[in-house]
Amino acid sequence: MPEKILVLIGTKKGAFIVESDGKRGSWKLRGPFCEHWPMNHVVGDPETGAIYGAGGNEWFGPAVWKSDDLGQTWTHSSEGLAYAAGEEPIKAVWSLARRNGSLYAGVQPAGLFRSDDGGATWNHIEGLQHHPSRKDWNPGGAGLILHSIITHPRDEGQIWVGISSAGVFYTWDGGKTWEPRNRGTRADFLPEGQNYPEFGQCVHCLVMAPGKPDRLYQQNHCGMYRSDDGGKNWQSIEKGLPSTFGFPAATHPRDADTLFLLPLNGDSAGRYVPDAKAAVWKTEDAGAT
Amino acid sequence: MSNNPARSVHHVIARLPGVLIDLFPGAPRRVELPASTVKEMIDGLDALWPGMRDRMCDSRPAIRRHMNVFVDGERATLETRLAPGTEVFILTAISGG
Repeated sequence: MPEKILVLIGTKKGAFIVESDGKRGSWKLRGPFCEHWPMNHVVGDPETGAIYGAGGNEWFGPAVWKSDDLGQTWTHSSEGLAYAAGEEPIKAVWSLARRNGSLYAGVQPAGLFRSDDGGATWNHIEGLQHHPSRKDWNPGGAGLILHSIITHPRDEGQIWVGISSAGVFYTWDGGKTWEPRNRGTRADFLPEGQNYPEFGQCVHCLVMAPGKPDRLYQQNHCGMYRSDDGGKNWQSIEKGLPSTFGFPAATHPRDADTLFLLPLNGDSAGRYVPDAKAAVWKTEDAGAT
Repeated sequence: MSNNPARSVHHVIARLPGVLIDLFPGAPRRVELPASTVKEMIDGLDALWPGMRDRMCDSRPAIRRHMNVFVDGERATLETRLAPGTEVFILTAISGG
């Protein structure tokens, strides 16, 4: 039984930590942290025990926050977390992923950065900006946001990112070269007959199944999907769900066939839980039911 | 004698907003430091409290959209020149309705 369980939460009003012992019988809420900044993603690093928060503040811009003492004290940095002079400045950090001592950060407008010193300084992974489709990427409702980062558990070169609304992109060489991986995912908002483009889909959340790096799931603006070949091809798994719209997706920590989703009633129907009944939906057979 | 009069050093006074100080524990609200432009003043603040420039300026480079730097009652840019003893007020924007 774990000694302590921390649930890390990012909100518009700062980061929070909900804490319990291994029995999970009672919980204690701590926060808000990070000076009430809007925090889009908070992650823990099991190797070092550090907690990282991705955020952006309308006054002060983007930063990655860090706590080495489970949230008691925090520091922040955005050194190197910037595009070249003259380009549209980074507004906020939206996603974090930790792998083998490196920390990746996804930002708005969409781009990917990497830190090899625990978030103190950052380097731009420029290859994504050089993809020929970059000039044609359009922002989703909240902006052009790189909100999902998936690293391969064994091969450092392989990274998948989800960008709304540019779609899923994949690199096999650590970020130098990228290709879109959206085959089979719909873009209902495009004109009839153009609903399956190479890129431009509005992916909302991209996750990898545990122990199965080729198995990806995504919640899209237009449907829920599974891929069994690293995103080359996607199959709809929306049948049986109350809607095709939603934002989060979460895998089970050990079972590759179990996925959790939170469908909302639709992009132009209010974005509420269907019939005002909040429900997390679960599949245990990789989306078949 | 200096060959570059623009680099002549004189002191100005930076008045920092509380919400900025909250991000840099230990920094005072009033800082006296050598600078002849707003950019030099912000560079000086960043040298004292690393990272402070990024909170006030973006990568264009320019003062952030919702940060205001006032010199003699006028909204300044990074290039605005500062006379000796100038008091520079840094304020966060307030909006809403």
